[in-house]
This record gives sequence, C-alpha cells and structure tokens, in this order.
Amino acid sequence: MRYSIFSLVRQAFAGHRGWDEAWRTPEPKKQYDVVIVGGGGHGLATAYYLAKNHGVSNVAVLEKGYIGGGNTGRNTTIVRSNYMLDDNAHFYEWSLKLWHQLSTDLNYNTMFSPRGVLNLAHTEGQRDQYFRRGNRMLLNGIDAEWMTREDIARFIPHLDCSDNPRFPILGGLMQRRGGTARHDAVAWGYARAASALGVDIIQNCEVQGFAREGNRVVAVETSRGRIGAGKVGIAVAGNSGRVAGMVGLKLPIETHVLQAFVSEPLKPMLDTVVTYGAGHFYMSQSDKGELVMGGDLDFYPSYAQKGNIPILEEAVAAGLQMFPILSRVRMMRHWGGVMDMTLDGSPIIAKTPIDNFYLNGGWCYGGFKATPASGWVFAHTIAHDAPHELNRAHTLERFETGHVIDDKGAGPVAQWH
Amino acid sequence: MLRIGCPWCGEREEIEFSYGGQAHLAYPQDPHALTDEQWAQYLFMRDNPKGLLRERWVHSHGCRRWFNVERHTVTHEITAIYKPGEPPPARRA
Repeated sequence: MRYSIFSLVRQAFAGHRGWDEAWRTPEPKKQYDVVIVGGGGHGLATAYYLAKNHGVSNVAVLEKGYIGGGNTGRNTTIVRSNYMLDDNAHFYEWSLKLWHQLSTDLNYNTMFSPRGVLNLAHTEGQRDQYFRRGNRMLLNGIDAEWMTREDIARFIPHLDCSDNPRFPILGGLMQRRGGTARHDAVAWGYARAASALGVDIIQNCEVQGFAREGNRVVAVETSRGRIGAGKVGIAVAGNSGRVAGMVGLKLPIETHVLQAFVSEPLKPMLDTVVTYGAGHFYMSQSDKGELVMGGDLDFYPSYAQKGNIPILEEAVAAGLQMFPILSRVRMMRHWGGVMDMTLDGSPIIAKTPIDNFYLNGGWCYGGFKATPASGWVFAHTIAHDAPHELNRAHTLERFETGHVIDDKGAGPVAQWH
Repeated sequence: MLRIGCPWCGEREEIEFSYGGQAHLAYPQDPHALTDEQWAQYLFMRDNPKGLLRERWVHSHGCRRWFNVERHTVTHEITAIYKPGEPPPARRA
C-alpha cells in the first residue's frame, strides 16, 4: 500500500485497522541469486538498489536480530559530505544527493532535515585546515561556507562564543546541505521498499558459516538452515572481521565501541548540528527535543555494546564548555555501538579474493550518512562483479598498493581515525 | 572504568593508561625484503577477535612503561598482565 494523504484519510475513517505490515515475513527459500548478510541500513539499501537499479530481485537479506536493532538504530543520525579527499568526497556527495530525495523515492518519511552541520575551529591552525578542506569541497562541487565567530553567535544563540572558554571559538566550517535523519525510519523505509520489490527480509537468522566449492561460496549456513546463494555480500560493520573470518579473510579492521547519549527532552534550542573542534563532541536536537550527543571512541577494541564512563565525562565536559546552559540538564539514555575501524579511516566496498563474495564494511563511525550511496554502489559491485565509479578506490588491495584513503592523515592506527 | 594492574605500580584506573594496539606484532627484521602484501600484513592487518585479545598498554600518567595485557573484548575482563619480553601466559580453557 502506498503511503499518501489519501491512504491516511482513508485509514483514519477506518479506525487505522487496514494498514499492511511494512514488509513481508517470509520463510527462507532454498536458493537465492544474491544473499546479503546484515539487515542494517547498508544491507537493506543494497537489496533495494539491486532490485530497483539492476533488476535482481531474487534476493535475501539475513539479519541476526531485528531490523533497526543494530548500529542503524544506535547512531547519532548525522548526514554530511564534508570530506577532503576526492575518493571520499564524490562518494559521500552522491550519498547526500540521494538523502535529499530519499523520502520520495522510498515513499517513506525518513525525516531528513538539512539543518546544516557546523564544525567549530578554535585555533588558527585549525582555521587554516578548515579553509583548506572547505576549498577542496568547493572545487569538488560540494557546498562549504566559512562562518565567523559573529555569524555563529547569531546562528546559535546558546553557544558560548565569548572569550571565556578555555578554547574560544574562532569560527567554523558549515555545510548547510548536511543535517540529520530519523535513523530507524531509514532502515524501515528501505526494508519496506525492498520487500515490495520482492526481496525477502529474514530476521532472527544468524549466519554461522559459509559452504565453499573451490574459490566460490555456494551456500550460507544459518541458524535457520542452509540457504543457497549465487552471490554473497556482507554488510555487517562492527562484525566484518568475524564474518569475513568465516571464509578465511583477514581485514585491516579493528572493532571499537562508540558511545552516544541523549538528554531529557527540552524546548527547541538548537536547530543545527554542531561539533566541537578542541576535543571531540557533537550535538543536535531531535524532533522530540532530546539533545543527541556523541564523542570519542573508547580507544581500545571492544565488542561490548556499551561504553565506559571516562569517555562519557570527557564528552560532556566539552559539551558544557560549548553550552554552559546545559549544566543542569539530565541524561536520559546512554548506549554504545560497535564500529569497524579501518586502519586508514575509510570504508571498504569491494570484491574480495573469493570470486562471488563481496565486502561492505569498515565504516568507522560514519556509516549512517553513507547508507544510500553505500547500497547504491555495493548493489552495482555485486550485480556487475565490478566496482561502481564511486567505489573503485575503496578496495581491499589499497592497503597493499599504498593507495590508502586517509582523510585525516592520522596513520595506521584504528582508534586515531 | 577498567582497573589495570601496572606490573610496576600496581592497580590503577584506566584514565592513567594509553592503549598501544595489538601485542606481539614484531617490526620486520628486514623491511626491504618484504613484498607489498607482507608489508600490508604487518602494517594494517589485525586479529580483531571477539574474545581474548593480547594488547599493549602504557602507563602514560604513571611510570610511563609499556606492558602487555590479555583482555576479553566483550566483557573487558583482564585475564593476564605480563611485562615486555615475557612469554604470554597459556590461555585459560
């Protein structure tokens, strides 16, 4: 059933008892042309674009838990494309373009809100670096704008733009087309749209191994039995190493935990996304009024979906320096998600040494904004057995050839990216 | 909050320490002899287990000395601590 004002009115008069399930709940078939492991945003988007762009609809998405229960439902919902290096810039910019039309395309309200993403600068060196990044973004056709301290003080009245903080604000790099989206809605919208095109979404189905014949994977062993597969794509960021390990692949990835937390609901006070530059902290306000916040990784590998207190305290301290008004606000929830941290800080969307086994992972802590483009290019890579123009650099081999994509210039240490 | 037993200073809170990555990744004896693939293995490939991981820590805000820790990556339980150069203890069953 298409969602529209008419279906809403019709259902309103029918007591809202006629709504369909958003997606089907089929029993797994014996064999699929493509099996996608991982029912997060990336896996569901991949299945959707396989069916929509490439006419491959005999597809299963296997999810060990439930749709929206993993990292897709755990992130801080920020969408942006303010990258410096060309390979990342063009990829994330395509993603941002898809975001701007996603609700219409999926017939599902993803509540995308291009409210702007502002990175604050606190030192002259940082300002020069932001100028450099902003100029490269403009050269790549991406919007970027320098805001002075006075601009920012008018734009975010509650932000402390005085000389009082330990690291006063000099200015900031703004991307106005960036913003936030409702993270669950992205997973649900893709699941519904993919299911309508014939994709089977199979929840509570954990992959336990792969059956091989020569250099090919022929079936996926799951907690719900064996499922034959013409091609297999994995989109299981956080657990890429484990799943790739089942076919003997070792990856340049460490799994780390990233925390996020929300305050009690407040009246509207922040209508953009703002990030702190003298530490690591970012914040936006959800439509429900909660302040959504995040900071650094915990800095040591972890598969625990919960974080430790010292990092939380550091993030909150940075937040209070920016917004002293928040000193008595109470935290409501706090959680963690497991991140695939690659050793160059950029994702891997690529073919692997195994003929029909494809890898989508290494999203570090920036996977949410990539969801549409990630699915778009991964579907292309699987359907054509060759990368899309936008992900030809995001290979596994780049770590051997030296073509790493290190946007931050941090070097081969996972937790520094 | 982890509590980590520095082999020289005793048990302290996590905030005194810095993480130094996977342990027992020795710098190659002759880096020029390595192929690109072998160099990538040394520089970029990591074990990343969901379970026990042997890793290096440094007591940054204490004695500033390095040591090895065996820690579980889900429970964060520390199962062994040993000094550089010492053999890793046998894994618990």
